[in-house]
Amino acid sequence: MGFFLETLFGGLMVGMLYSLIAIGFVLIYKASGVFNFAQGAMVLFAALAMARFAEWLPRWLGFESLVLANLLAFVAAMAVMIAVAWLIERLVLSKLVNQEGITLLMATLGIAYFLDGLGQTLFGNDIYKIDVGMPKEPMMVLESVFEGGLLLSREDLIAALVAAALVVVLALFFQKTSTGRALRAVADDHQAAQSIGIPLNRIWVIVWSVAGFAALVAGIIWGSKLGVQFSLSLVALKALPVVILGGLTSIPGAIIGGLLIGVGEKLSEIYLGPMLGGGIEIWFAYVLALVFLLVRPQGLFGEKIIDRV
Amino acid sequence: MSNRKVGDVILDVKNISLSFGGVKALTDISFDVREHEVRAIIGPNGAGKSSMLNCINGVYQPQQGEITFRGQHFKHMNSRQVAEMGVARTFQNLALFKGMSVLDNIMTGRNLKMKCGLLAQALHWGPAEREEIAQREFVERIIDFLEIQLHRKTPVGRLPYGLQKRVDLGRALAMEPQVLLLDEPMAGMNVEEKQDMSRFILDVNDEFGTTIVLIEHDMGVVMDISDRVVVLDYGKKIGDGTPHEVRNNEDVIRAYLGTEH
Amino acid sequence: MFYRENGQFKSSYRADQQIFPILQDRVLMLALLVFAFAVVPLTAPEYWFRAILIPFLILSLAALGLNILVGYCGQISLGTGAFMAVGAYAAYNFHVRIDGMPLLLSLLLGGLCSTAVGVLFGIPSLRIKGLYLAVATLAAQFFVDWAFLRINWFTNNSSSGSVSVSSLSLFGLPIETAVQKYLLCLSLLVVFALMAKNLVRSSIGREWMAMRDMDVAAAVIGIRPVYAKLTAFAVSSFIVGVAGALWGFVHLGTWEPAAFNIDRSFQLLFMVIIGGLGSIMGSFFGAAFIVLLPILLNQLPGWFGITISTALASHLEFMIFGALIVFFLIVEPHGLARLWSTAKEKLRLWPFPH
Repeated sequence: MGFFLETLFGGLMVGMLYSLIAIGFVLIYKASGVFNFAQGAMVLFAALAMARFAEWLPRWLGFESLVLANLLAFVAAMAVMIAVAWLIERLVLSKLVNQEGITLLMATLGIAYFLDGLGQTLFGNDIYKIDVGMPKEPMMVLESVFEGGLLLSREDLIAALVAAALVVVLALFFQKTSTGRALRAVADDHQAAQSIGIPLNRIWVIVWSVAGFAALVAGIIWGSKLGVQFSLSLVALKALPVVILGGLTSIPGAIIGGLLIGVGEKLSEIYLGPMLGGGIEIWFAYVLALVFLLVRPQGLFGEKIIDRV
Repeated sequence: MSNRKVGDVILDVKNISLSFGGVKALTDISFDVREHEVRAIIGPNGAGKSSMLNCINGVYQPQQGEITFRGQHFKHMNSRQVAEMGVARTFQNLALFKGMSVLDNIMTGRNLKMKCGLLAQALHWGPAEREEIAQREFVERIIDFLEIQLHRKTPVGRLPYGLQKRVDLGRALAMEPQVLLLDEPMAGMNVEEKQDMSRFILDVNDEFGTTIVLIEHDMGVVMDISDRVVVLDYGKKIGDGTPHEVRNNEDVIRAYLGTEH
Repeated sequence: MFYRENGQFKSSYRADQQIFPILQDRVLMLALLVFAFAVVPLTAPEYWFRAILIPFLILSLAALGLNILVGYCGQISLGTGAFMAVGAYAAYNFHVRIDGMPLLLSLLLGGLCSTAVGVLFGIPSLRIKGLYLAVATLAAQFFVDWAFLRINWFTNNSSSGSVSVSSLSLFGLPIETAVQKYLLCLSLLVVFALMAKNLVRSSIGREWMAMRDMDVAAAVIGIRPVYAKLTAFAVSSFIVGVAGALWGFVHLGTWEPAAFNIDRSFQLLFMVIIGGLGSIMGSFFGAAFIVLLPILLNQLPGWFGITISTALASHLEFMIFGALIVFFLIVEPHGLARLWSTAKEKLRLWPFPH
């Protein structure tokens, strides 16, 4: 039983990490109707920027404090992400304003490849460390209930809290601010939003910057845990099943979806895996998403999709 | 008015009700269509005319009522079954295949008649080639009829609106339908184009005996070419008869012009 | 002045419906075939066959298959690598487990197995499209990746995880040298391309395009969406499966599941986008482009006297691919094939401007 709970917690934590990436995805879809295949590449790019700036800035500006390095690196990385958002809007989105979804999807695929290449050209392709002071030792909980207690990763716990905080902030942003309202209008209908005076291009830059911010946070947390390396981009592909489960338009859905996927993966690996030869983590999330797609395409919390003639 | 002798009832719509969520699009609509006639459906915007066609066509499934085609009852039909039965239609907003040429668009209308299997088509030998050529001949006759020969290889997306409407008609005609449903075939056309289109519609009715059900806003056209008219307003039927009878119907006048007249 | 249709009047529909209605095109195609079959084998250096020509031929075939699904029928697929893998491993099993199995039959049976899997994973397309379908095909990709890695039966219980084939022969003729392999691939490609071209200009091709352009209207004309989509998946997977089998048997010789991973899927999708969606010719252009670009990138700095590391070259490759995808989607969504046909249009008028 103890082992089951440990696995469960572990799955929940991993799920939270997936959610962090998925949130950025949902943001962009919610506000611009675009499926952003490049979200994973953005996470990697942001993480690389953070890691390298944290390394370079002390050298360039001549100081030693780790906290200051991290702070400045964060600011610098955020600036980079905003620049990326602006460029994407200028060079890609504005030219593809009313194309079909499939065209935009493939364009983001192109952006993903471009960012992958650019990131590694600018920042290098080794494995880099991000050290924001995350606690590395796990802790033992519930020692009174279970013999020896359960192993819980403190780092993952903090990640979960950060993700939860991010969700609350973003949900409030969408619901309560006028910018949030404008974003929702744009997601509904580009042309209608334009016709009432919403500046489409500025809105998109804002959205992609916010998604960039989410990517940066995700990148820092993942990078701190795994080290910043190219495979991060592939892990991020897991965000897709997460948003399918949770619903493309729901930020809380991204959390729930992430949790479900995380738990599902871990549990299926432990309990189903041995029967099938192990290593089923690579496809479990996707097959689960596939099942959902056949049964409830809009996910748990998404809006129903209606096809009008 | 057409010269053809109008026959028995070919399409019978009985007590059709249709709602979307809370919105009632159609309430208890009943009317019939006789073979070889030109039947118009008119009414103010939002009256439910397109929804009515969509029900006949199998695109929407009505919650209540049934439709009888040549004596066969159908409560729920899907579009393909309806097409196989010999009902074709055009669309208000043009549902042409923008990526294909005029010729290919109309050829898709022959799809139900083409029988050769996948392998035969891949090899493009004997029967497959002959079938393709035979269908091409049929489609070329329709192209001649609609006077669009010059444009047969042009991608449909590049044609002006009036010509696109003709291609839409051509595709429906290619199905050799017994009943042709036309959804605002004259929308967006100038006087000349309307005359052309009216001529085509009447010719189709005359030469092939096709029963026509059309939705139209232009009263002049409706009075000129239809045998009988159904009037809808807010999803209910408020008039049914010859153009002359309907024109003098109090309810119809009120619906179009509002009260106090 | 050379590329005119003057005097070429068609007096029958049959003549009008040929694959190459213009005489000059027919001559050009014939010359190309002669060149490919007769001249190249005798003149090209060995290295070219292995590094450029054979990969180009096989990937063109795969791109052709993918184009039918994505370009003609409008169904997105990110799992092409998986279907290639199925073709390769199935062909391998037939080849290895049944004594005296003819090579061609193994390849075709591999294709058929891929068809079965393709249709299975195509079933979701009946209910979902766009991104959702993309995710479903990703499920296929990752599942197949896993299956060929973990289920030992597929690899004939190979201890290393990889499989290999050797000493291939076709109807008694050996397929050992580069030239022989090249001719095998070329022949298969020509046959498949011809059949694919026939399909897309027949009624099934029109059904596919109708589904792509407007599936609701298609149903109203009497097109069966289920049949159209599943046949697109079936035909596409068959061609891709055969290409996969060729990739393993002829190009690699020895392979593991990683040869058919998601990068391969993306590579093929890029070929189809850059080459031209909905164009048979486009598949060839795209494949040529993607095969030649890395080689060009490796050689180009040398010509300018600069050296760059292989890592940097690979990063630049990523950047250029990404940028080109976006470029083509914005500027010419119909890809290189459209650029080619526009150039031909201009040529028909040359030397006059219009």
